[in-house]
Amino acid sequence: MSHHENEATDIEFGSDHGTVKSYIVGFILSLLLTIVPFVLAQHSFSNDTLYIVIGLFALAQLIVQLVFFLHLSTKSQARWNLNVFIFTFIVVMILVVGTLWIMVNLDYFMMH
Amino acid sequence: MSSIAHHSTAHDSAHGHHDTQSTIVFGFWIYIMSDCILFATLFATFAVLHTHTLGGPGPKELFSMPIVLAETFILLTSSFTYGLALLAAFRKHQRQVIGFLIVTFILGLSFVVIEVTEFTHLVHEGHSWRSSAFLSSFFTLVGTHGLHVTLGLVWMLGLMIQVKRHGLTHVTQRKLTALSLFWHFLDIVWIFVFTIVYLMGMI
Repeated sequence: MSHHENEATDIEFGSDHGTVKSYIVGFILSLLLTIVPFVLAQHSFSNDTLYIVIGLFALAQLIVQLVFFLHLSTKSQARWNLNVFIFTFIVVMILVVGTLWIMVNLDYFMMH
Repeated sequence: MSSIAHHSTAHDSAHGHHDTQSTIVFGFWIYIMSDCILFATLFATFAVLHTHTLGGPGPKELFSMPIVLAETFILLTSSFTYGLALLAAFRKHQRQVIGFLIVTFILGLSFVVIEVTEFTHLVHEGHSWRSSAFLSSFFTLVGTHGLHVTLGLVWMLGLMIQVKRHGLTHVTQRKLTALSLFWHFLDIVWIFVFTIVYLMGMI
């Protein structure tokens, strides 16, 4: 019965809206994914690896929030939201990585 | 049981609205994705300019990490309480919805107050957006996020009044869904501000 009810609202609003349990799990995971990189950044050992590790924590946090809070999934109704998100993610990557690539390159040739 | 029965009759009578409701939420999702691209340009600008401090102090000297961590926890918690408000909205518990929205609003407001206090503190110490390219890009990026949160708060206040007046209708439920996407999205943007501006600035 409650499953049916969920399905009805899913169809209406185009996405799933989770359960109290999924919000609590998501909340605890996101707290952990905030505290661990914070502690790591305070006690830095090797700089280059630390940048990558902290970046990976941010990506993990992104995935946790997308799944538990925004309920992105491959289920039929949420599928379109996911497709648009993937497209946007690609655009964002081209924009940020492309900018950094060009500017770092420019910086290098100005100096050498 | 009666609430489920009630829900299914409400659902039947609203038959035909499904397409419009989910299309509107999907349209709002597309707006949020375009907002993502706006933030991506600001992040790219910050990433390029963050070393250009013009001889002034860098992130290590300027930012107080405990305050930033507190801001992060406040925003994460507000995202969680908003999620609970949305769940209550679909269960048609109006009092709970208003209660969780008030908690979310207070958390969001304290986030903005802390941020504005930090900004005025920086400006008073002579580190304004005019001081260096690093600070210009910092204030633009973090300020844009803060402005989004402020607008979200105004919207939330409006929704609280609408829920109070009209109850949890299909329209208010849809509006609450749209604001939930916006609010969680701002939380995600903050995670990247926290990581890229503050944590990576500390290393």
